[in-house]
Amino acid sequence: MMTDRTLGPPEEPDTTTGPDARLGAELAGLRVAPPAGLRERLVARWVRVPGPLGELLLASTEEGVAYLRPADDEEGFAAGFRQRVGRPLEPGTRPPAGVLPALRDPARAARGVRFDLRVLTDFERDVLAAARRIPAGQTRPYGWIAREIGRPRAVRAVGSALGRNPVPILIPCHRVTRSDGELGDYVFGGAAKERLLRGERLDVDRVRELTAAGVRYLGSDTTHIVCFPTCADARRIEPGHQVGFGDMAAASRAGYRPCLRCRPAG
Amino acid sequence: MSSPSPSTVAGGPEHRAGPQGAEAAAYADAAEDRADAVRRALAEDLDAGFIQLFETYQAPLFSTALRVSGRWADAEDLTADAFLRAYRALGGYPPERIAALRPRPWLVTILLNGWRNRRRSAARSPTVPLESAPEPVDPGADVASIVAGRETGAELGVLLAELSEPQRVAVVLRHVAELSPAEIAEVLGCAEGTAKSHVSRGLARLRTLRAERGDPTDSTDSTDSTDSTDSTDGGAR
Repeated sequence: MMTDRTLGPPEEPDTTTGPDARLGAELAGLRVAPPAGLRERLVARWVRVPGPLGELLLASTEEGVAYLRPADDEEGFAAGFRQRVGRPLEPGTRPPAGVLPALRDPARAARGVRFDLRVLTDFERDVLAAARRIPAGQTRPYGWIAREIGRPRAVRAVGSALGRNPVPILIPCHRVTRSDGELGDYVFGGAAKERLLRGERLDVDRVRELTAAGVRYLGSDTTHIVCFPTCADARRIEPGHQVGFGDMAAASRAGYRPCLRCRPAG
Repeated sequence: MSSPSPSTVAGGPEHRAGPQGAEAAAYADAAEDRADAVRRALAEDLDAGFIQLFETYQAPLFSTALRVSGRWADAEDLTADAFLRAYRALGGYPPERIAALRPRPWLVTILLNGWRNRRRSAARSPTVPLESAPEPVDPGADVASIVAGRETGAELGVLLAELSEPQRVAVVLRHVAELSPAEIAEVLGCAEGTAKSHVSRGLARLRTLRAERGDPTDSTDSTDSTDSTDSTDGGAR
């Protein structure tokens, strides 16, 4: 400590030279250097990354990916990030681990990618976690998400939560579709949704044909297991053994049990 | 969370503890210059300005958090949380509010609000006790400097923690956060006389505590050149 610690006169009440000043200087010595990692706890860093529909802007914090938008609207990205996430945004050098492979290959399902979803509600996080479990090239109805998260009646709220997904593509909300077979809304628009699904080799036209024929579930008359039509297991059923159902009650009456992988219900 | 109103921290130029006379005036001027630079940076660009705000005030804010909360891990959380809230509040401030901003007392106000909220929720949910959680070593910081920082005045830090809360907070705001008595009064929402009295009673209490402990600082503070009788006298006073 550089402070002069010699005392003033014993009765000195003046706080500039008295014991108060000396003690104050000692207390000033209690100031410490802040931890080095403090700034990284606060800021988010943005980078450009290639995506399946063109270049993307991606913002991430120390916790993980927080925000993703098309690269054609930098101002909208910054404004949206500020409004949704609310952290100072600085340019970064590279995306977090796992992001580039996940964007190159949807089948990787962004395994190993960490997300920062702290600004979301528990419900929204649950919805997105369920959406992450849908394999590439498959779709599930909104009601499926609602059931998966234990809120079977909250179908509409599931739709809004998916619409507010801050990290589309990496969290594949485009794989959640309307139960009538239409693809439904998407943060980047319905056309983008269809392109993403086709890019994952989903036969969108066949799904449309099935729903047009009133088929929302597909069973196998050899295993008596019923699936969503896009489930990998359903796609393996030979055409001659496929049995279509309009609802699960009909499947159940026919003696079919739901697939344990795609978990159709309701 | 309520964001602090600028009216609670608006006022005259910043006053500083520390060296007296011309030196103190120069010090206060430098502090005011820094505050001014931060205001201008914020007015120009929120994100770049915020980084300047952070770099300018992270050290006093963290030290304040550490001495108010008494725990390193809590201090990190409180400081990060305060800056984040500051950023989010700034996003909604009109230009005139940013022009009138006095960053240091404003940030300290946010910090103390966060600290009180945190303590309240810790009291409500005893399953996550703040006090018994293990104190992690900060992996990002140089270990030697942490140890040095913690040993500097370690004894004084312990005594400080024994003060009543109003006295401890006032003493920390005065001598660690370097707020003026007027600013302390604004931050704590009390009269300036009350703030001053908390500070001086806190200091008196520290001296009494030190005298009761037989002033152990001299045996640990080897860099101090003062002979022991001086300090013992000081402690008894």
